[in-house]
Amino acid sequence: MSAVIIELKNVYKSFGSQTVLNGVSLTIESGKTTVIAGPSGQGKSVTLKLILGLLKPDSGQIFVAGEDISRMRAKNLNRVRTRFGVLFQGGALLDSLTVFDNVALPLEERTSMRWSEVQERVLTTLEQLGLKGHEEKYPAQLSGGMRKRVGLARALMLQPEIMLFDEPTTGLDPEKSLEIYKLFMDTQERFGYTSLIVSHDIPKIFNLADQVIIVNKGQFNTFASPEELHQSEIPEIQAFVDSTMGNVYLSREME
Amino acid sequence: MIRYIEKIGDNALYTLQDLGRMGIFLAMSIAGVFKRPFRFGAMIRQVRLIGANSFWVIFFTAGFTGMVLGLQGYYTLRKFGSEGALGSAVALSLLRELGPVLTALMVTGRAGSAMCAEIGIMRNSEQIDALECMAIDPFRYLITPKFLATLISIPLLTLIFNVVGIFGGYLAGCELLGVNPGAYFAGMEQSVINKDINMGIVKSFVFALLVVWICTGRGYFVHGIRGAGFGAEGVSRVTTQAVVLSSIAILIWDYLITAIML
Ligand SMILES: Nc1ncnc2c1ncn2[C@@H]1O[C@H](COP(=O)(O)OP(=O)(O)OP(=O)(O)O)[C@@H](O)[C@H]1O
Ligand SMILES: [Mg+2]
Repeated sequence: MSAVIIELKNVYKSFGSQTVLNGVSLTIESGKTTVIAGPSGQGKSVTLKLILGLLKPDSGQIFVAGEDISRMRAKNLNRVRTRFGVLFQGGALLDSLTVFDNVALPLEERTSMRWSEVQERVLTTLEQLGLKGHEEKYPAQLSGGMRKRVGLARALMLQPEIMLFDEPTTGLDPEKSLEIYKLFMDTQERFGYTSLIVSHDIPKIFNLADQVIIVNKGQFNTFASPEELHQSEIPEIQAFVDSTMGNVYLSREME
Repeated sequence: MIRYIEKIGDNALYTLQDLGRMGIFLAMSIAGVFKRPFRFGAMIRQVRLIGANSFWVIFFTAGFTGMVLGLQGYYTLRKFGSEGALGSAVALSLLRELGPVLTALMVTGRAGSAMCAEIGIMRNSEQIDALECMAIDPFRYLITPKFLATLISIPLLTLIFNVVGIFGGYLAGCELLGVNPGAYFAGMEQSVINKDINMGIVKSFVFALLVVWICTGRGYFVHGIRGAGFGAEGVSRVTTQAVVLSSIAILIWDYLITAIML
């Protein structure tokens, strides 16, 4: 068994009167791929923000590599954050910078790399992601899918230990999303990062994931395999599975 | 009745919380000056945006303000037969009062609103979160260059305002109304003392700090501001609020500084 890198213990989070996370516990092992899925507005993005320390839990603990970040000071938090690469749901590119500058930003700000080296790294990554020739465009001039790929390139720049992806393929056509998943596998193999993916594409992602977590009413349920998920007794999960997973078996048959 | 008291208490708590976070915001922005790497290029770019691009606005405002001062001053002073004092009247009003105040108000309208909206949009679209996730301090990266640029720009623009305003007064008073130019400038030289200049300088720095603090701070906390709402509407409301708050703050501090330094 490999080491636990992220652990949530009994985390509660509410906004005003709305309880979003109602006693969530989960563990993520180093080097593995975890997928969090579930209906919209159930707290998936909030969970990622808690793990990043952008939000504080109302109660409960959040451990990253053994350190409790829920009560950590800004300075230490920054140190922990250097382990993460993040792809935000909306891309979160700096809109006053070009594609090139966005991707170069972490290298410029956080390393003392020579400019020629930065340039080479950025251009290579952009090319791998099919963004060659778009370096000088601004985020507002890109399609949603392109913005995602730029966000991904930026997240990969510092070769993080843990990658968090918030809906990496929503808004991409099937071919492109397949490419993105291929890219995950390639880069994961290369850099050996732990990945946590929030996704609606459960069918596709199951081939890739070590565990799947379904969010339901502020509770997280972990499943180790599609079969286990299919046999779940919880009615809401059954409903979710029926509405989104029907085509798992379809696609298997087609293979 | 109890409802009413509850509401007062609630508002008081909110105001206290707001002041607290604005205080922390100010401290973090100042701390950003000492964090490396220092973003010199970004600061210069901001000086251009905040300062250089405001030049013509300041130029025309100052020119016409000076001319109005010249006209009004002439008609008032003539009643006492002391048109010769026009130069010092114009210069003192500008240096002590109108230069710093009007410059700060113009910059609030032109650059302060823009800064507020920019930061608000960045907050809204998670760009600030993204910076934090990359362990890039958003204060050092984003806010501090704006603070320094404003603290450089507003005093310089005030200086320009004063010079242009004095020539505006000359244009109206001497060229149009026939006051002796020699008297206009000589009177100025005799009556303006260091204290007047110091007051103008202190004011322009304090106003600069107020403008940039309030405008960037409102944008930064766009989600936490009561009644602002979210999205584009939230940003627009917060921007309006920032302009109103900075303008009021400028006028209040103008009074306070005058009272203290007089
Ligand atoms: N800053 C906030 N203030 C108030 N409520 C919030 C905030 N952020 C999230 N929420 C609420 O928390 C709930 C969960 O939001 P979250 O963004 O995590 O959903 P999600 O599971 O990521 O959904 P989606 O799949 O649509 O992205 C939502 O009901 C949302 O309204
Ligand atoms: Mg989400």
